[in-house]
Amino acid sequence: MKQKIAIQVDDLTVAYNYKPVLWDIDLVVPEAVLMAIVGPNGAGKSTLIKSILGIIDPIAGSVSIYGKPYDKQRKLVAYVPQKGSVDWDFPTTAIDVVMMGTYGSLGWIKRPGQKEKKASLEALEKVGMLSFKNRQISQLSGGQQQRVFLARALVQNAAIYFMDEPFQGVDATTEIAIINILKELRKAGKTVVVVHHDLQTVPEYFDWVTFLNVKKIATGPVKEIFNDDNLTKTYGINYKVAVNK
Amino acid sequence: MNSPQIEIQLIAAVVAVACAIPGVFLVLRKMALISDAISHSILPGLVLGFFITEDLNSPLLIILAAFTGIITVVLVERIQKTGLVKEDTAIGLVFPALFSIGVILIAKNANDVHLDVDAVLLGELAFAPFDRLILGGVDIGPKSLIIMGVILLSTLLLLFLFFKELKVSTFDVGLSSALGFSPAIMHYGLMSISSVTVVGAFDAVGAILVVALMIAPAATAYLLTSNLKKMLTLSVCFGIFAAIAGYWLAHWLDASIAGSISTMLGFVFLTIYLFAPKKGLISVLYRQKQQRIEVSLLTFLLHLNNHQELKERHINHLREHINWQHVKAKTVVDLALKNNMITIDQQIISLTKKGSDFTNTALEYIITNKDEKIEHLKEDFFLFRG
Repeated sequence: MKQKIAIQVDDLTVAYNYKPVLWDIDLVVPEAVLMAIVGPNGAGKSTLIKSILGIIDPIAGSVSIYGKPYDKQRKLVAYVPQKGSVDWDFPTTAIDVVMMGTYGSLGWIKRPGQKEKKASLEALEKVGMLSFKNRQISQLSGGQQQRVFLARALVQNAAIYFMDEPFQGVDATTEIAIINILKELRKAGKTVVVVHHDLQTVPEYFDWVTFLNVKKIATGPVKEIFNDDNLTKTYGINYKVAVNK
Repeated sequence: MNSPQIEIQLIAAVVAVACAIPGVFLVLRKMALISDAISHSILPGLVLGFFITEDLNSPLLIILAAFTGIITVVLVERIQKTGLVKEDTAIGLVFPALFSIGVILIAKNANDVHLDVDAVLLGELAFAPFDRLILGGVDIGPKSLIIMGVILLSTLLLLFLFFKELKVSTFDVGLSSALGFSPAIMHYGLMSISSVTVVGAFDAVGAILVVALMIAPAATAYLLTSNLKKMLTLSVCFGIFAAIAGYWLAHWLDASIAGSISTMLGFVFLTIYLFAPKKGLISVLYRQKQQRIEVSLLTFLLHLNNHQELKERHINHLREHINWQHVKAKTVVDLALKNNMITIDQQIISLTKKGSDFTNTALEYIITNKDEKIEHLKEDFFLFRG
């Protein structure tokens, strides 16, 4: 079966102060895969996501989402930033944060109404956080905050989900809850791209993987390319023991 | 009250509200100091505007001054982006430079006009009612009231239209950008509003009080609420209260109105800082004390849970064994009794069903760290509220 291409990245180069962070990245992600981006610290994993989403301007290259530039396809894409990138002391509640996911489809000026509220409540329920809907976000545990972020992405009802380290600082229960939701998304034909750190869980959680270290090392199905050779190339150290097949 | 008195209070209140609204977003964006920078660096803009128009009342002054405000923000960001200095240092480099240019320009060229450094820094509300806007021979009202009224209405309109965009770009820059609400537009929009507000307000209240009016109400409201809309409303209320109360304080002390309003703002903040129900100092100290007692309670219950033998559960033995002072031991035992967690029969303490359930739940929480298990306990115990 020939799969549609969800994300295509061509010759993408990103630099901070003239130092390349991503170097000539070509990447094709088929529809309905659950893909991990792995690589050492400073490999440009978050930067790759951010430049696909137009948050960072690349100095060269192009990105397309289902064949069109990102700013034409915003509504097809949901984004979960790193949990640490926001101020959790911000005066707002869980439900309010989830509602922010609906702002994109509303566009400028228009306010969220009953329909958006209902969708947000459903998303909270899906991540098991309905009873915390009016809780001030600083009063949530790390895992709960991550669930709220996931709910905010779910409410966008997108075709492609980008998640930046969703498992950082969450407990095992939350991690399993999140991965189960992501697997459901894939089953529903959605594409999910996750910046991931824990190499041990890659074969269990994901079916597609991209090895990244400034340059793209490899990308493809986990079964075919998640091996010692690629791990060694990416991390520069011998990874023979890391994964037991 | 005579009519200038009413007008002064009205001007003070309008200025306070107009400052409080952008102030909330500046505080939430951790950019409070930027308002200080803007309030000083608008000076060269004002002076240049005055040189061009020779008229202190020209709108060009406001436009040029607001423009220097924006330049300040851009310069601070540029310097910060070099990575050589942090933001606070960048602010400290930019605004004194611009301000001093203004000071020199005044000293060299404008010594004979009303534009002097004192007036810029402190303002003088008491004179504001005498500077009237007269259109076609009709007295419309004090000039600063009209100017600030227009600025306030524009701010309110923009806030109403772009509340959601402001909120998301303040909370989560990444998401805001991904959704297509350019954080840069929101940022410079907010900076423009802040600049215009500072320029409009400084004539009446001076460059330093403007900063107090922007930051203090927002910082005070932040202690009281976890809802952005309520934070805005409270800030506005605190601003108005300080403006009116400050006026009467000045009236009573026969002192500077601007200074008295600032003092009131400080006083309001201090009061709330001490007495706020959740984040206030007293409440925090109380909570910490309760948490200490509850930890002791839990230790005590765990001990009972671990020891079935009577000897270990005798009231005297407990005191020696856990090695608590008499007062503390009594507090803990009383708390456990009050909550029906223990019974005391002939000086032997036993856990009740409730006590052992509680101990097991707490124990499980400590081991698994799963928040869901202890939700129902958060109401009664500080310990579990994080």
